[in-house]
Amino acid sequence: MPRSARLTGLLLAGLLLPLGPAGAQQAPSGTPTPGSTDGTAPKPAAAPAPAQDRGSALYGRPEGGEAAKLAPIAGPPLPTPAARLPLDKLKVPDGFKIEVYASGLANARSLAQGDKGTLFVGTRSLDRVYAVRTVDGKQEVKVIATGLHRPNGVVFHKGALYVAELSKIWRFDDIENNLDAPGKPVLVSDDFPKDEAHGWKFIAIGPDEKLYVPVGAPGNILNPPDTHAQIRRMDLDGKNVEVVARGVRNTVGFDWNPQTKNLTFTDNGRDWVSEDIPNDELNVLSEPGKQHFGYPFCHQGNFTDPEYGWGRSCAEFTAPAGLLGPHTAALGMRFYTGEQFPQAYRNAIFIARHGSWNKTQKLGGDVVVARLGTDGKMASLEPFLTGFLQDNRYVGRPVDVLVARDGALLVSDDYNGAVYRISAAR
Amino acid sequence: MRPLAPSALCLLALLTAPANAESAAERLPACLACHGESGTSANPGVPSLGAMPADYVVTQLYLFRERQRVADPMNAMAEGLSDDDLRTLGDAVAKLPAPKPEPNPDPARMEAARALAAKHQCGSCHGADLAGQDQIPRVGAQREDYLLATLRAYKSGARAGYDPAMNEVAQGLSEDDITALSYYLAHR
Repeated sequence: MPRSARLTGLLLAGLLLPLGPAGAQQAPSGTPTPGSTDGTAPKPAAAPAPAQDRGSALYGRPEGGEAAKLAPIAGPPLPTPAARLPLDKLKVPDGFKIEVYASGLANARSLAQGDKGTLFVGTRSLDRVYAVRTVDGKQEVKVIATGLHRPNGVVFHKGALYVAELSKIWRFDDIENNLDAPGKPVLVSDDFPKDEAHGWKFIAIGPDEKLYVPVGAPGNILNPPDTHAQIRRMDLDGKNVEVVARGVRNTVGFDWNPQTKNLTFTDNGRDWVSEDIPNDELNVLSEPGKQHFGYPFCHQGNFTDPEYGWGRSCAEFTAPAGLLGPHTAALGMRFYTGEQFPQAYRNAIFIARHGSWNKTQKLGGDVVVARLGTDGKMASLEPFLTGFLQDNRYVGRPVDVLVARDGALLVSDDYNGAVYRISAAR
Repeated sequence: MRPLAPSALCLLALLTAPANAESAAERLPACLACHGESGTSANPGVPSLGAMPADYVVTQLYLFRERQRVADPMNAMAEGLSDDDLRTLGDAVAKLPAPKPEPNPDPARMEAARALAAKHQCGSCHGADLAGQDQIPRVGAQREDYLLATLRAYKSGARAGYDPAMNEVAQGLSEDDITALSYYLAHR
């Protein structure tokens, strides 16, 4: 139908209502629970009157001055054309090369790869999941699902693709044989809070064949309800849910140590205390169900919260294995289990730092490599992929890293809608 | 439902909007017939777009085209536009003069709402002058009815922001707050 005819119909039907709220197709529903308490933790003494709702990213920000110039940065919805990607600015160590693996994937976020090599890519600001196939040596990008609410998380397991929306997890069976027409997905679980703040999810399946799903704190700094600030695991059908880690503010990346099999995860520290603290954390879960990682009482293992830390001690909580820089937004992380990179990278951890927003001199916007010592603590942290941050402005922002089947490292960039491939140059 | 009274020019533009294939430049007059050639909209519920940050316009047009924000007739208007068309329209709209605030604000209401706007830190993302930046819209001198509807939709979740920031912020607003802020912004 030509648009003019359709518009005429709309007018005749009295539907010309440019704001029509009833038309929104993917409304997040449910009542957010910012600021609610679990009843057991002590009430903060003399808490300052909240200037902002606690679900807001701006909660806790000092009023006025330089801090008031800082706000979250949302990337553009249009992907950067391949020819304009900032490839010439990106630097990797000697002995490696970086190239564009795929472009045109607006808002590319979490990565997963299928057994046949298909790369699956989630989004956060958009409603879709991409599949990237290699056909005759060239990458073809295809949208395989739309109409989803912040489908950030993707994981591939035994032929199926699991996709995590803000509050629902779906399974697309036999996905690689049905990329052109994926069947109706199976609902794995929708038993999650619906808060927008830290509601988008990274997901992964562990060596125990269970699905691991985080539920972030519903705001910057607050005493979270029992249902939040945690990592849960469940059977692959969504049953037998248990909380394996508490005191986790917002993890958007985790993996299992190939040697110890311990879940290892990044966690984003609270905002607005200071330009320089707290650091984002690298954490190790050695006793599922028993550990509390500090939020909201203790940050970075040694800094009690100015509001919630009174009467508490950091000794009560599991300290991080390593510190990843203040406000750097450490997101995706994977152990290097490939064979392609030199021996020195075997079992090292690649971590994508999306880059700070609530910090005057931006920090992060890179991929770093962390190595653990024999004591399980982080022994070193080095830059690996840099150049996304130019003159205190982002020209790209890395979100996730993935060790591809051929041993190369894939890196997603939600600012440009691209995936890069880093390989050992031989 | 709000009374519907779009101008004759706007109605005409919608009824006679050419078929899908035309360029962004050809489509612009239809945009401006409703949103206002001067940058200030005279049509109920239709936002003023003058001096709106181009990135914001591109983002919204993208969301309309992809039906991630559903708001008739904008989904139909954005159908078939290329990415470059969106950029062209964003740049064209950004060049229009900024909208004019509603005249003769009530000083008492303005003063009360000024404190509310400071409390909710509207200016920190939208700018002290409320002119917006990048993908954050200009909200100063916007139509009051549009602001009311938008804040309500963010609060209820009927409009999911491209970034969740406004959904988060709106949770802390009462209906009275929304009324007061809309009045304030429209008169700024």
